[in-house]
Amino acid sequence: MNPLTTAVSAPFFADAAEGVRQFFFRLGDEFYQSLVESNRYLYLVTGLWNTLVITLFAVLIGVLLGTLVALVKVAHANNPGRLKFWNGLCTLYLTVIRGTPVVVQLMIMYYIILGSTGLSDITTAIFAFGINSGAYVAEVIRSGIQSIDRGQVEAGRSLGLSQRTTMVKIVFPQALKNVLPAIGNEFIALLKETSVAGYIGIQDLTKGGDTIRSITYQPYTPLFMTALVYLVIVIALSALLTRFERRLHRSDNR
Amino acid sequence: MITVKNLHKSFHTLNGDIHVLKGIDQTIRRGEKVVIVGPSGSGKSTFLRCLNLLEQPTEGEVWFEGKQMNKPGCDVDALRRKMGMVFQHFNLFPHLTIRQNITLAPVSLRLKTQGRADEQAMALLRRIGLADRADAYPGQLSGGQKQRVAIVRALAMEPDVMLFDEPTSALDPEMVGEVLAVMKELAEEGMTMVVVTHEMAFAREVATRVLFMADGRIAEEAPPEEFFDHPKNPRLRDFLSKVL
Repeated sequence: MNPLTTAVSAPFFADAAEGVRQFFFRLGDEFYQSLVESNRYLYLVTGLWNTLVITLFAVLIGVLLGTLVALVKVAHANNPGRLKFWNGLCTLYLTVIRGTPVVVQLMIMYYIILGSTGLSDITTAIFAFGINSGAYVAEVIRSGIQSIDRGQVEAGRSLGLSQRTTMVKIVFPQALKNVLPAIGNEFIALLKETSVAGYIGIQDLTKGGDTIRSITYQPYTPLFMTALVYLVIVIALSALLTRFERRLHRSDNR
Repeated sequence: MITVKNLHKSFHTLNGDIHVLKGIDQTIRRGEKVVIVGPSGSGKSTFLRCLNLLEQPTEGEVWFEGKQMNKPGCDVDALRRKMGMVFQHFNLFPHLTIRQNITLAPVSLRLKTQGRADEQAMALLRRIGLADRADAYPGQLSGGQKQRVAIVRALAMEPDVMLFDEPTSALDPEMVGEVLAVMKELAEEGMTMVVVTHEMAFAREVATRVLFMADGRIAEEAPPEEFFDHPKNPRLRDFLSKVL
């Protein structure tokens, strides 16, 4: 009889079972230490709040800024003589913002541009992410405006409406309807991009999870929990968007 | 009412300039119904679109009610209010109801209150038998209905002249009649009209003068009887033999 076989079989499986038992036991332990002990889950709650605040206000700034930039670019494209300076400025803005990483923009905003103004970290982040998002929103809205049939403008102008009124009352409402889904996607992308806010010391959701990890030296629970929270929010937002799109579509076919 | 002098229009393309209008002189008087016919690519639509400056003429003058339109400082928007235009592809505003399509311009330009404009819109819609569709959206109408709405949308501005750019070319054959009927009615009321069309029967019946355009010029112009029965220009004879 081979002594080796007997040595492996029974005790090996016993060991494995014990290992699995201990794994789950440790997992529960780790879960307790990461989230429950000393109310550490509050890091995630505060972080989530900050992430949402930054995202929401950054989106508002982004949409506002993006709309303005898009209008300047379209007005210039329609009539190359006009708004030369502003068009140049907008092109510079789009090139620089889309050509550099958002983390670098965030740090420049924090340490150089708004560093000495005494604005709160969160406000600084809102500006940085808002200005970043504006560049992407601008391109989305511009393509939306340019997707509207030329005949719409001609019909408006032939009725004696000015360029501006035609834009505001005829082109823009139709363009906005077309680009709303894309703006929603930008909202989702921005939510995830704010995870680098920790670079300037903001306790956002990601930083919150990482803080727990550094206290407990246990990576699994806090990081997976962080990922899960992002995932749940994004899935919820996507579902909302889909419903919204379907509603817009229904009004098309009335 | 409308006078064009030595009108030229070139388009710049990658393959060089295309000279579409090669010197047109025309005067359209109040009450006239001028129908423009000719082969495609002859410049009919471009000529019409130069009349309200949807196309900027390269050379020449366009006068409307005593003012030169293509001169810097001219309030083109104000003059366009008096020139209704109907397009081949209707160009109704899809995001607005039929009623809103009609009232948008008069209300935006503060010519009428919303209430007055609504009343007028309903009166216009009753005239074309579409009053019950006032709150529908353009997407719910047939092509013929859309074009009739487009006509009254232009009429809501109470224009002095109506320009029609191939108003029936994008319609199914069975819908052509209903649009032409509205146009005939308008002609009988004395509206000044300039119509680019391929409907020769309409030209013969409604026009006071028919223009034949070929190769960027007006090759022949005459009252309809003479135009259709005794054409002089060989190209017009050739054209008529193909379309009649």
